[in-house]
Amino acid sequence: MARRETPEINAGSMADIAFLLLIFFLVTTTMNVDSGVSKKLSEKPPADYVPPIIKEKNIFEVNINRNNELLVEGERMDIKDLQEATITFIDNGGGEGKVEEGVATGPCTYCKGERSEKSSDHPNKAIISVQSDRLTEYGTYLAVQDQLLKAYRELRNRLSMEKYKTPFPELEEAYKKDKQNESLKKKVEDIKTSYPQIISDAEPTN
Amino acid sequence: MSKFRKKKKGMPAVNTAALPDIVFMLLFFFMVTTTMRETDLKIDNPRLPSASEVKKLEHKSLVNTIYIGKAKDLKYGSSFNRIQLNDKISTADEVPAFIINARSKVSEAEVPFMTTSIKADKESSVGTIIDIRLKLRDVNALKISYSASKTAD
Repeated sequence: MARRETPEINAGSMADIAFLLLIFFLVTTTMNVDSGVSKKLSEKPPADYVPPIIKEKNIFEVNINRNNELLVEGERMDIKDLQEATITFIDNGGGEGKVEEGVATGPCTYCKGERSEKSSDHPNKAIISVQSDRLTEYGTYLAVQDQLLKAYRELRNRLSMEKYKTPFPELEEAYKKDKQNESLKKKVEDIKTSYPQIISDAEPTN
Repeated sequence: MSKFRKKKKGMPAVNTAALPDIVFMLLFFFMVTTTMRETDLKIDNPRLPSASEVKKLEHKSLVNTIYIGKAKDLKYGSSFNRIQLNDKISTADEVPAFIINARSKVSEAEVPFMTTSIKADKESSVGTIIDIRLKLRDVNALKISYSASKTAD
């Protein structure tokens, strides 16, 4: 009598099947990390809202026309020069800072600008106003926003290096990991209020 | 000499028994990380502008995406200003309803952290974006992110 052996399952093609599945998932996987320029919109002003009067010298006007050309403070400019012009404007420190809750911030002590009478008083008073045409290309608009943010990043970074000997992104990252850390929080807040990002979008031209 | 010759005899086959295990491990990894696109795009995949000051979007479940670009369907014309909400082409007027609908799906405490991601094509016009922005402001959805790919400085 022939002895019956339990037949072994042939697992030789298992790897093939697995490979097939693997390749399918490899192809369909999109590891897209969604990233973007984040922005906080201002709240809707009440109907009877009267905008405060701001001195002309504290406003940095950036105009983008429908041909995607830049007009900065009344002069044509290339997008690559925008960052530098913005830094010069914000960091001017020509006068007194604004009065916050009854406490005057006084003149800007950390500014390294020319302290010209004709440019901004203090980083916390310096407003950047971006006006674009409705037909401006979105790519250009975002490139401008990017340059402005870059200018702020550079200034914040410089101050952070000077005061705390750490780059600002590192400081922020450390704070994000350790939210309870009061001293870190104070440092981050300090840098942020020293160079607050004030970028406003003006009503577009048609 | 004879010792060396002995060694050369009979090449042992490489044991591939563990191969399926390795492959399966990779397979599971990709299966878990795969995210199939939930909405199919009714517009051409937007060519995102690039920027260097980008931040990663966190909490995927709190992100609503608005796509702007050229519609695939030619009946919508060939401008780059078509807006897609969920899975249909809409207008800026429908943005508030879209946001309110999205809000109803998350808990109240999380509403302030909701972000609207605008994925617009490079050639879209700023007017469209501004229309959407005004609508977003109307419903108090103030956190937005202009989707962009990261460039080196």
